[in-house]
Amino acid sequence: MLNVKNLNVWFGLVPDRVNAVKNVEFNVTAGESFGLVGESGSGKSTILRAIAGLIPTWSGDITVDGKALKTDRRDRAFFKTVQMVFQDPYASLHPRHSVDAVLAETLRLQGMDNIDSRITKLLDDVGLGKGFRFRYPHQLSGGQRQRVAIARALAAEPRLLLLDEPTSALDVSVQAEILNLLADLRGEHGLTYVMVSHDLSVVGHMCDRLAVMQHGRIVEVMSVDALRSGAGEQEYTRHLITASGGYQPA
Amino acid sequence: MSNTLSRRDWLLSDAPQTRRQARLGAIYQGWLTFRANKLAMVGLIILVLLIGMAIFAPWIAPQNPYAQDLGSRLQPPSAAHWLGTDGLGRDIMSRLIHGSRITLFIVGTVALIAPIIGLFIGTVAGFAGGWVDQVLMRITDIFLAFPKLILALAFVAALGPSIGNAVLALALTAWPPYARLARAETLTIRHADFIAAARLQGAGRLRLLIGHIWPLCVSSLIVRVALDMAGIILSAAGLGFLGLGAQPPMPEWGAMISDGRTYILDFWWVAAMPGLAIFTVSIAFNLLGDGLRDVLDPKGDKS
Repeated sequence: MLNVKNLNVWFGLVPDRVNAVKNVEFNVTAGESFGLVGESGSGKSTILRAIAGLIPTWSGDITVDGKALKTDRRDRAFFKTVQMVFQDPYASLHPRHSVDAVLAETLRLQGMDNIDSRITKLLDDVGLGKGFRFRYPHQLSGGQRQRVAIARALAAEPRLLLLDEPTSALDVSVQAEILNLLADLRGEHGLTYVMVSHDLSVVGHMCDRLAVMQHGRIVEVMSVDALRSGAGEQEYTRHLITASGGYQPA
Repeated sequence: MSNTLSRRDWLLSDAPQTRRQARLGAIYQGWLTFRANKLAMVGLIILVLLIGMAIFAPWIAPQNPYAQDLGSRLQPPSAAHWLGTDGLGRDIMSRLIHGSRITLFIVGTVALIAPIIGLFIGTVAGFAGGWVDQVLMRITDIFLAFPKLILALAFVAALGPSIGNAVLALALTAWPPYARLARAETLTIRHADFIAAARLQGAGRLRLLIGHIWPLCVSSLIVRVALDMAGIILSAAGLGFLGLGAQPPMPEWGAMISDGRTYILDFWWVAAMPGLAIFTVSIAFNLLGDGLRDVLDPKGDKS
C-alpha cells in the first residue's frame, strides 16, 4: 500500500538547512496499522506531511498503491486514496465554517453525489448525531471537533489514513473514545493506518507494527508483541519503553 | 411573550437544525454582543439617522439648499433659520441635510473600493509568497511612503477637481494599510491545519483564497474600515476645504467650512455648523467601529 525508500526531508536553505528526516525506509501493507513513535522532533510528523504533499522539500521514493509520488504535486486520485487527520482539532477546522459547510465542501471537491445523505451518514459513522450538523467549531468540544475532522478525512472514502497524533491534544477519557472510534472505523472500512504518536500505549493499542525514530532516522522496526514484551533490539528502544512506563518508585 | 422567548431560544440554540437557523443564530449572537456596547449603539443610531437624513433630504430640508437670499445673509441661528445662513443667504441646515448625501457617497465609495483593493493585494501577496509577495508589497510600500493627503492632492490636480475624482484619489491612497493588514492576517493562517486539510481534499489556490482565507481577513478589515471612516470623511472635507473636492455650489461639508473661513471671527456659525456635523459623524463611525471589533474580531472569545 505504502512504500517509503531513502526518504530525506529538509527545511531551509543550505547554510541553515535542517535535515529533519534521513534515509528513512518502511513499508506498510494494505489493511495494516503502522505506528511511528519517537520523541518530539524526531521527524515522525514530518514524514506524514511529506507523504501528504504538504512539504515540498524531500527526496527519495514514496509509492502509494504502486504509484510513485511527485515531489510537490498530488493528483485527484491521490486525494481519493490518502487522507490525513491532524494533531490539533482546534486548528484543523476553519473557525467560520459549520460542520455542514466543511463536509459539503469536501464532498463536492471529491466529486461525490448525494451530498445531503452522505453528510448524515458520515456524522453517523463518527458518532455525531444530526444535531451537530449545523454547529460551528466553537460550539463543539475538542473530542467532537476531532470526530468532525475524522469525518472530513473519511468523506473521500480513502484507503490510507495518515493519523498525526490524533489524540494528543485531547484529555484522557476523550482519547480513549477517539481511539476506539478509529479502531472501529478501520474494521468497518478496511482502512490502512499510518499513525504517529509519542505515546507507546496508544501505538500498542492501535497498531500491528511500529517504527521507532530518533534524530530523523528509524532506529528499529518491530512488532507490537515485541513492544509489549519490552524486547527492543536497540538500546534507544528499550530506553523509550522504560521511560513510557512512567515513574517507578525505587 | 412566550412566542418571543421561544424565538430567542430558537436563535440561540446550541444545536441548530437547519443551515438557515445556524446562520441567523450566529448573526443574532453578534447583534447581542454589539447591543451590549452602549456607545456603539449610540454610533449606530447616529449613522442610521444620517442615512435617513440623506434618503429623505428633499422632504426634511426646510428650504432649497441652493436658494440665495442676499437680503438675509449671515443671519445667526433663529427660528427662521435654525442653524443660521451663510455668506450668500442660504439656509445652513438645508445645506447640511443635502450635504449628508455627498458625505455618504464619498464614505461609501471609498469604503467599498479601498478595502477591496487592499484585501485582494494583501491576501494574494501573503498567500502566494515569494516574488509575488515582494513585488506587491514594494508597490504598497511606495504608496505608503507618500503622505496620504499630498498624494490625493496630486491625483486630483492631475485628474481635475471634482467630487468623483476626489473619491477616486482617496480610494487610491487609502488601500495600502488594508493590504498590509490582510497580508499579516493571511500569513498567520496560511499554514494553519485547516488550510492543509482543504488542500488535501484537492482544493485549488483560488478556492483556498476566496473560501478559506478571505472570510478570516474580512472581519478585521471591516473593523479597520469603520475606524478609518472618520479619517476618510476628514480627508474628503480637507480636499473640499482646499477647493479640490466638491465644487460650489454643492453643499459639501468641507467646502462649507472653507466658505465660512472668511467670516469665522464675526459669524462663527457658518464654519462651526458643518464642522459640528463632520465631528458628529466621525465620532459615530469610531464608536461603531469599536462595537464591531467586539463582534467580529476572530481573536475574540468566540472562536
